Amino acid sequence: MRGGVFMLGWQPTIKHYQSIFAEISIQANCWPTEIIGRSVTPVLPCPIVGSYLRLLGVSVGMAFLVALIVTVLAYPLAYFLTFRAKANAPLLLTVLILPFWTSYLLRIIAWRIILGPNGLINSLIVGSGLSQHPLTLLQYSREMVIVTLVYVWLPFVALPIMAGLQRIDKSLLEAAAILGSPPWESFVRITLPLSLPGVIAAFVMVFIPTVGEYVTPLLVGGSSGSMYGNIIETFFGDGLNWPLGAALAFVMLLGVLILVGAITRMIDLRRFVG
Amino acid sequence: MNKFRFPAFPLYYVLLVVLLYLPIGVLFLFSVNNGIVFSFPLKGITDHWYRDMVKNGELVAALRNSVAVAISSSLAATALGTAAAIALARFEFKGKAVFLTIALMPLLVPFLILGVALLILFAALQIDRSLVTVAIAHTVVSLPYTLLILMARLVGFDPKLEEAAQDLGATYPYTLGRVILPLIAPAMLAAWLLAFTVSFDEFVLASFLNSGKPTLPVYIFGQLRFANRFPQVVALAVLVMVLSIILFLISGWLQQLGSRAALEQRLGRGE
Repeated sequence: MRGGVFMLGWQPTIKHYQSIFAEISIQANCWPTEIIGRSVTPVLPCPIVGSYLRLLGVSVGMAFLVALIVTVLAYPLAYFLTFRAKANAPLLLTVLILPFWTSYLLRIIAWRIILGPNGLINSLIVGSGLSQHPLTLLQYSREMVIVTLVYVWLPFVALPIMAGLQRIDKSLLEAAAILGSPPWESFVRITLPLSLPGVIAAFVMVFIPTVGEYVTPLLVGGSSGSMYGNIIETFFGDGLNWPLGAALAFVMLLGVLILVGAITRMIDLRRFVG
Repeated sequence: MNKFRFPAFPLYYVLLVVLLYLPIGVLFLFSVNNGIVFSFPLKGITDHWYRDMVKNGELVAALRNSVAVAISSSLAATALGTAAAIALARFEFKGKAVFLTIALMPLLVPFLILGVALLILFAALQIDRSLVTVAIAHTVVSLPYTLLILMARLVGFDPKLEEAAQDLGATYPYTLGRVILPLIAPAMLAAWLLAFTVSFDEFVLASFLNSGKPTLPVYIFGQLRFANRFPQVVALAVLVMVLSIILFLISGWLQQLGSRAALEQRLGRGE
């Protein structure tokens, strides 16, 4: 089997790179079960029309949204833990981060149990007689992928933001207060700008892994939630087209490296890691 | 004169923490629920999913695979991380920044790409996929964590201790064994535990490099198709979560224990 795979050759050619940009017909874009060799829902579903590149665009858009929501949600948490929580801060931080160190797969599955079409919320709604039918809103979808990923990343992103906030010189805030600046103005003109490196670090640390995400879409994405990572996974798995998969992966890697390069020119990411 | 301040921040914190723990609570309830489908009201409490789980040979085998991979990869990552951290924190050499960037790269590259790259690499080298290749992959992704923990510890104590030992005639290996390693031992243990947790939960790389001997996450993923086995899988997952949490807490405690900053803080507060 390995020999077989190896003999296929994995080196992508120009042709494979071209096909990333090429428009693909709906027909070619669906995975018939004969190719996949299993009877579960097709990994790459039909509604995606266009090119692989466009799907990369969609994935980048989703990752951007996830990173943005997570960063915005986590900022007040980091602010609270840095400036308000005082002696309780280490304990509160530990409580916040703990879920991040539990199985990522299981936390996604938990959301399936809660939000899924046959999930907890729907069973409560039907059971309590609020509605005869389960909510159609709770279908596996792109939106559910985004909600789940926000949940997965939230405990973690407060850390880099806190690292940014902790480095702010408190005497600047005192000086502003003495000179009569109201708290909100001190926040907008001192705290927020000075905390931006931490915020950017947090954003990037969510954005990059999310662009390459494929497990969450598999579990809660349903037929419309697929991301770029799902095609790569398919080509290296049941779809068996290593050259095209390698070409797709390399395009993504290139994008990630360019982004990391650009960001590290602005801030020192290493200070916020770990 | 203290005017009442609406506790917006604490409330916000509590709300988010409740949301974060809700799914974990649901998983736990599911694992003791006497029924295959999870819905309210619960059908009674049972421990039979836990008992089924112990009897499930495949599941126990997957657990054993995971433990083997996690132990070997975390040991390797801790050894490499310690060596790299000492080199980076104590010595000057050409290409230091590049070396550190490359060592931390696995934190910044999506696991999917790492998985694909390692898959191709092992195929090109004609190395069969096995638990060994999974362990190698896990060593690569655990290394940034062990390196950072150990570097933080090495920066935290005075290099003069090592210089003093060597001034007094100790050879470098002797200094390493009698001064440096004992001082960073808690951090090494913390790093090892964290690396163990990283490996134990890792799914993407383990599934790309899996050879029919699945690790636990890979096995769990495969079982999702079978609704009747799902409760046992969740029962196991709950146990794994408890284990991960304990390891993480011990690791955090050890890092605190070892860090001079924590000590100084304590002294500063007059405790």
